[in-house]
Amino acid sequence: MTEAIDLKALWNESGVQAVLDSLGAELIGLAPVKKRIREIASLLVVDKVRRDLRLEAGVPSLHMSFTGNPGTGKTTVALRMAELLHTLGYSRKGHLVAVTRDDLVGQYIGHTAPKTKEVLKKAMGGVLFIDEAYYLYRPENERDYGQESIEILLQVMENQRDDLVVILAGYKDRMDTFFKSNPGMSSRIAHHIDFPDYRDDELVSIGELILEGWNYRLSPGATAVFRDYIALRREQPHFANARSVRNALDRARLRQAHRLLESDGAVDRIALQTIEAEDILQSRVMAGAIAREATA
Amino acid sequence: MMSNHNGRITQGQFSFLPDLTDAEITLQVEYGLGKGYAWSVEHTDDPHPRNTYWEMFGNPMFDLRDAAGVLMELDDCRKTFPNRYIRLMAFDSTRNTESIAMSFIVNRPKSEPGFVLERQEVDGRSLRYTTRGYAADKPEGERY
Repeated sequence: MTEAIDLKALWNESGVQAVLDSLGAELIGLAPVKKRIREIASLLVVDKVRRDLRLEAGVPSLHMSFTGNPGTGKTTVALRMAELLHTLGYSRKGHLVAVTRDDLVGQYIGHTAPKTKEVLKKAMGGVLFIDEAYYLYRPENERDYGQESIEILLQVMENQRDDLVVILAGYKDRMDTFFKSNPGMSSRIAHHIDFPDYRDDELVSIGELILEGWNYRLSPGATAVFRDYIALRREQPHFANARSVRNALDRARLRQAHRLLESDGAVDRIALQTIEAEDILQSRVMAGAIAREATA
Repeated sequence: MMSNHNGRITQGQFSFLPDLTDAEITLQVEYGLGKGYAWSVEHTDDPHPRNTYWEMFGNPMFDLRDAAGVLMELDDCRKTFPNRYIRLMAFDSTRNTESIAMSFIVNRPKSEPGFVLERQEVDGRSLRYTTRGYAADKPEGERY
């Protein structure tokens, strides 16, 4: 067998491009993440070709860890990853089971193993997404049942690699500590992907995309105010990137509805769709900034 | 139901066929999952045909998407009770059905002695018949 294989044609045939395209269109920014996913997709396509030619290399390890601050799109990307793996035939069903510590770890001796196994059984054939995975390991309590759960996970991650893909997610620094204290876990995860924070302009685009989905839009004045809002919100505690943007827009919607009712009551289609600058200006974040300006 | 040709108990589906391989079991489980059934694993060392309720191994498995999960539980059960009868059952939760839709044996003891037909003479010359497993003479847990 020396005939050439057209990899590009196989790539197009596999339907991966469609998944990657929708990832590119619906997720703003995240360039390093997208690049890494593209690389993984390439590996899987090439691996499939190699297997057809009997160049066996074993099932590639697909367990991943997603690290990043809150609201950077870890769960959304995990969903897309499940879809991608399903398209390529590395995941039979392509569903995502999202769990946290509470779903895996039990309350008393003998409770953890059945609980973890039940979750694993549900996730078989798909992707198991463990959010805030570092909570599984609590070094301050040596009798914590989290360790038992980790051991069962490790065993299944090793022995049933073609049945299940595990994705661990969490904040960067805490995940690093988690991997340091669980070297077995770290060595079984091939892909460590770091999600960067969004820039202000990216957050504005995300906000516009969210509003588009709800059939709203920002008036030109509101866009400028929204830009200022994001810069100010970033300074405040509990800033959660895209999630904060989403919540801010939810509240802007609330104020828009209130404003429309308080005005004379006659509205048209455009007015129902438009979020004006004052809807955002009334926010607590903006009010704080205005007050500070006044005292300065 | 009670016949024991070739020293094999026949209960449930596929019991006249050679034992199913794991690949064949996977296909059957996939079929059931496709129909929306919930699988469960049960085991016993008293396979009398009137013994309808075997012991459950773990809880019934709802919300599964793939057969690998059922096979994982089955492997656990085989490891724990290598010398017992183990069956897989599929529960159909459709309103007004709500009962077992599929059931087949997936593990057997090495030797299956089968059943004896006992005849009891009662009032006059009347006969009463009953069956009893040869293995059931021994206490529970030591039968096979």
